[in-house]
Amino acid sequence: MKISAFHLMPHRELPPDFEKRYESVWVTPPWHELAEPRRVGQYYNWTLDELLFAARAGFDGVCTNEHHQNAYGFMPSPNIMGAVLAKATNGSSVAIVQMGATLPTSNPPIRVAEEYAMLDCISGGRLVAGLPLGSPMDVNFCYGITPMEHRERYREAFALTLKAWQAREIFAWNGRYFQLANVNLWPRPIQQPHPPVWVPGSGSISTFDFAVEHDVCYCFLSYSGAKAAKSMMDGYWQVVTDRGKDANPYRAGFLQLVTVAETDAQAEEKYAKHVEYFYHKCLHWPPQYLSPPGNQDYRSLVSAVAKPIRHAVDPKTLRYRDFVEKGYVISGSPATVRDRLKEEVIKGLNVGNLMVLLQIGSMPHELTLENMDLFAKKVLPELRGHWNEEGWVNHWWPAGLRDTVPTAMPAGAASRA
Amino acid sequence: MIREQTLSVWQNRVRMRVLSDGSGPPLVYYHGPWGLTWDPFLQSLAERFTVYAPEHPGTSPSAHDDIYHLDNLWDLVLCHEELLTALKLDEVAMAGHSFGGMVACEMAAAYPRRVKRLALIAPLGFWRDKEPVKNWMMVNPPEMPGWVFRDAGSEAAKQMIGPTEPPDAAAAARVKLMWAMGATGKFIWPIPDKGLKKRIHRVTSPTLLVWGKDDRILPPVYSDEFTQRIPGARLQTVADAGHAPQVEQPQAVARMIGEFLGA
Repeated sequence: MKISAFHLMPHRELPPDFEKRYESVWVTPPWHELAEPRRVGQYYNWTLDELLFAARAGFDGVCTNEHHQNAYGFMPSPNIMGAVLAKATNGSSVAIVQMGATLPTSNPPIRVAEEYAMLDCISGGRLVAGLPLGSPMDVNFCYGITPMEHRERYREAFALTLKAWQAREIFAWNGRYFQLANVNLWPRPIQQPHPPVWVPGSGSISTFDFAVEHDVCYCFLSYSGAKAAKSMMDGYWQVVTDRGKDANPYRAGFLQLVTVAETDAQAEEKYAKHVEYFYHKCLHWPPQYLSPPGNQDYRSLVSAVAKPIRHAVDPKTLRYRDFVEKGYVISGSPATVRDRLKEEVIKGLNVGNLMVLLQIGSMPHELTLENMDLFAKKVLPELRGHWNEEGWVNHWWPAGLRDTVPTAMPAGAASRA
Repeated sequence: MIREQTLSVWQNRVRMRVLSDGSGPPLVYYHGPWGLTWDPFLQSLAERFTVYAPEHPGTSPSAHDDIYHLDNLWDLVLCHEELLTALKLDEVAMAGHSFGGMVACEMAAAYPRRVKRLALIAPLGFWRDKEPVKNWMMVNPPEMPGWVFRDAGSEAAKQMIGPTEPPDAAAAARVKLMWAMGATGKFIWPIPDKGLKKRIHRVTSPTLLVWGKDDRILPPVYSDEFTQRIPGARLQTVADAGHAPQVEQPQAVARMIGEFLGA
């Protein structure tokens, strides 16, 4: 089992009436009314410190991702964060999991191939290369990519990236969307033939097919927990089986929100308001933003209209206990968290690459460190060995780190290496 | 009796369905972003013209994926020109609504000798920072009729948006609408100014602009962009109508356009 700490880098101090006053947390939140650059600089530094704390505490990897014009996550360049993390963790066996730089919005997309190769070089071959399609909000609404071209651009950029990493000779790329006459990447990644590739998705059938066809790790970055993801992930595993691939749990990644305290009651006391902040404010956007016309191909559109994803109750009407009961958040004592992660996520969804979100919404820095510390000490060690007996190989993890177990280091140790 | 034919263009990769009716001189009508509906407006024009109403690539039944064979507006204009040739139409009167108005104007700019007269109903094609075009593709679908029509509750408005009952018919209408918006949106995302200002000087045909007074998608001031650039072009506004005046006031708009194109 590989367990990584994920971070969204949210605005931690949105006003109490945010969701009533503004139409969306994404695309249109007004910066000048809601944020202040020096304070935001503090958020970035907390985010980096929290991920470095996780790296020293014994997590297998640290994850950042890309969003634009989004108050719940504003790392427009995850690779800037990744560069800091790579440098500061040198000498450790923590993977730098970029979940990641969005191909269709990077022009030309070999920019992502170059930056990932830099990260792989800086980190000594510890990069996991997430190659996301990107959300319609980021790609279509903020970055102006035509919805109908979104997937086609992604597929072309994906093929170009993989080739750019591996080609021995300079090559010309005469694509439909990208034309480059002299592709000759400097630098190339340490990991050969290329760093492990993870493709995040949100349940679209065409992404299942794509992930299996390219033999990548399919990651469901969910905010609604394993129960809600069950039928979706079953759909993925069905495609894996149908295409004659093995059910290696490392083919799947999953993001789970987690909060840990000494007891279930203490967890509620400490984390309830931050969990509610996340679901009430951070996930506040008009539902149609998720599917602008043309973003889904015709087959997916027909199936989405015929069987709309059952409208889960509006999260704004739910409270902490509902989120915990539904599994959106796994929260409680170390034993509670361990058992639920094992049953619902790891076994329930057949997941080998687990990502946990431990800084949630308004959660302050100190409490975040406390959550990470308790998870690392009392939950992580009990889950780590989960798939060992079955003998699966995690082909989707840096080869040099596959069999290592990061051990907790005293603060500062990693950066001395 | 509405005739239906499907013609293949673009090296047989793009199938385009054309609805037609009436007799008299040919009139080609290009539909807007919400797909083609043979409505009272077209029926009324068919009393005076042979109306040909082609569907934009990708919006014809069973030809959804054909849209992926076109990359840009230039490809689209060429496709429509090939279609005119396939229909054996040499010189025609041309009309279009919204996205279709922009296509008609592009056709008239690209092929000025083929377009005898031009009637544009609330055509896209320009952008003003101070009066931005409302992006209907970002609007919550149930709220869209409120943006498109002056009176979203009218029967005519419902006919363009499609039924809400029974569930099967509603789902089919929703798919048709979403896909039509996607396939037309491909050529205008994210801002519907794709360079018409560089080409519009090539339009030589007498031109009529028709605009709903209460257009909330594309404010009527956009008519200036056309009337200032096409010599002799004039504007007629339509009371009690939004962005689809030919749907809300079919007889009035058919009469304006019929008189202009038939002159």
